[in-house]
Amino acid sequence: MIVSVDNLTRQYGARTALAGVSFQVREGEIFGVLGPNGGGKSTLFRILATMLAPSNGSASVAGYDVERQPAEVRRRIGVVFQSQSLDKKLTVFENLRAQGQLFAMHGRALAERIEEVASRLGLADRRNDLVDTLSGGLRRRVEIAKGLLHRPTVLLMDEPSTGLDPGARRELWQYVEELRDRQGITVLVTTHILDEADRADRLLLLHEGKVVAEGAPAELKARIGGDVVILDVDQPALLLPDLRARFGVEGVAQNGSVRVEIGNGHRFIAEAVEAFPGAIHSVALHKPTLEDVFLDETGANLS
Amino acid sequence: MSFWLPVWALWTRDLVRFWREKARVVGYVGSPLLFWLLIGSGFGDLAFFYPGALVLTVMFSAVFSTMSLIEDRREGFLLSMLVSPAPRSSMVLGKIAGSATLAWLQGLVFLCFVPATGHTPGAAALLEAAAVIGLIAFMFTVVGFVIAWQMESTQGFHAIMNLVLLPLWLVSGSLFPIAKAHGWVQWLMRANPVTYAVSALRAPLEGHAGVPGPALSVIVTASFAAVLFAVATASATRKTTRAFA
Repeated sequence: MIVSVDNLTRQYGARTALAGVSFQVREGEIFGVLGPNGGGKSTLFRILATMLAPSNGSASVAGYDVERQPAEVRRRIGVVFQSQSLDKKLTVFENLRAQGQLFAMHGRALAERIEEVASRLGLADRRNDLVDTLSGGLRRRVEIAKGLLHRPTVLLMDEPSTGLDPGARRELWQYVEELRDRQGITVLVTTHILDEADRADRLLLLHEGKVVAEGAPAELKARIGGDVVILDVDQPALLLPDLRARFGVEGVAQNGSVRVEIGNGHRFIAEAVEAFPGAIHSVALHKPTLEDVFLDETGANLS
Repeated sequence: MSFWLPVWALWTRDLVRFWREKARVVGYVGSPLLFWLLIGSGFGDLAFFYPGALVLTVMFSAVFSTMSLIEDRREGFLLSMLVSPAPRSSMVLGKIAGSATLAWLQGLVFLCFVPATGHTPGAAALLEAAAVIGLIAFMFTVVGFVIAWQMESTQGFHAIMNLVLLPLWLVSGSLFPIAKAHGWVQWLMRANPVTYAVSALRAPLEGHAGVPGPALSVIVTASFAAVLFAVATASATRKTTRAFA
């Protein structure tokens, strides 16, 4: 296992950010950590990036313990921060050169590697532009180029799509998938965005510092089975007993609507509208999303 | 892991940035220049206030450029450095070398105004002055680094600047000599490292030794900087237990 996390716990004073988290990441996969803000993702990211010591438990990357062998770990990870780690007053090339020097790369080998990484990320014609003048999407690509420069085996990315428009987000993920497919790089990405989580090979759902589910996105969604139907009604709580009696389903009342997970949603809708005349204002049906999975496991919304 | 490449990376980064923001030179040299002209003209003695004003220029530049550390490690280039295998000590040296060089350059700009004092130091004295300015730049940069590394916000840094560093400069012999100070202030001046920095600069600029003497002044300034440099390295290599980002 390329990343192995065992019973990881982190406390900030009285607050517990991570409470006994365990999971493993396989080599060459895109592993997503999905959860709401404050769920423990960033703490996990910082521990894996060797910026923060765990209070308890352990984590290893490429066989090296993050707490006891941070230098070995640092050589093998590429870190893409949520916040900008670029120097805006320097050009793309100068940023990448400084990064390479931190990893003892220099001279022609460094220059060639910069060209290689920059052209792979579509930055070749921007090499002499000041970072200040680049768009958010381009800056994020420079961040990734920085993370890849020293040929890491694991790329850690903290909320990489934050602040990117949908187009830039799609582009970014094309690059990430290419990295996995062509170079076998393992990618661990934290996110609270569903689109992004859907593109991971496997996912960890994190809530209040605990693992609530783990698996491939399709697998997690399949657990719900069937469809999700949302009935917009005046008094959701009153409808629940009737639903149980007539259809044998457990609905969940939530602000002004009832949420039902059921096979053959379209048939249920027709019958429900007929069964409760006038009570239902509007109806929505969708296939289960990761949001539904999260709601199911925690009773809380993702965002 | 290479020690010098990261030092070089940080040092050149500061120089390139500085070159692109030339307006900063005007800012840090400008206000001490104004202080000097106003105070010096008011007392009718531009020469006496000149070394102190030069030290103030270097202090502003050194201390404010280390202030960037606070933001830089939370959201900036230093963040990448913290997760790279480069030794922390090379990061400390690189950052200090960069800021100190900039402070030194600005001190040299201020040095160009020396003819206005009426003194005309020879080439040897000017070289000595340049060397002493380098030492003072290094000292204040290390002071700035040690403070910035402990700080969570730039506001706290400003408070320290106003409550500690500026008062130290006021009682450093910049505005009045030790001999003319009353009572406890005299003792404060003797204990103040900045006093020795100002005095070290008076010797080459004014052509005669000040109080304290030049050799003692240089030794105290250098020792003070060396001790703080050790503190800076120790605090930056200490194991990280709190969140940076």
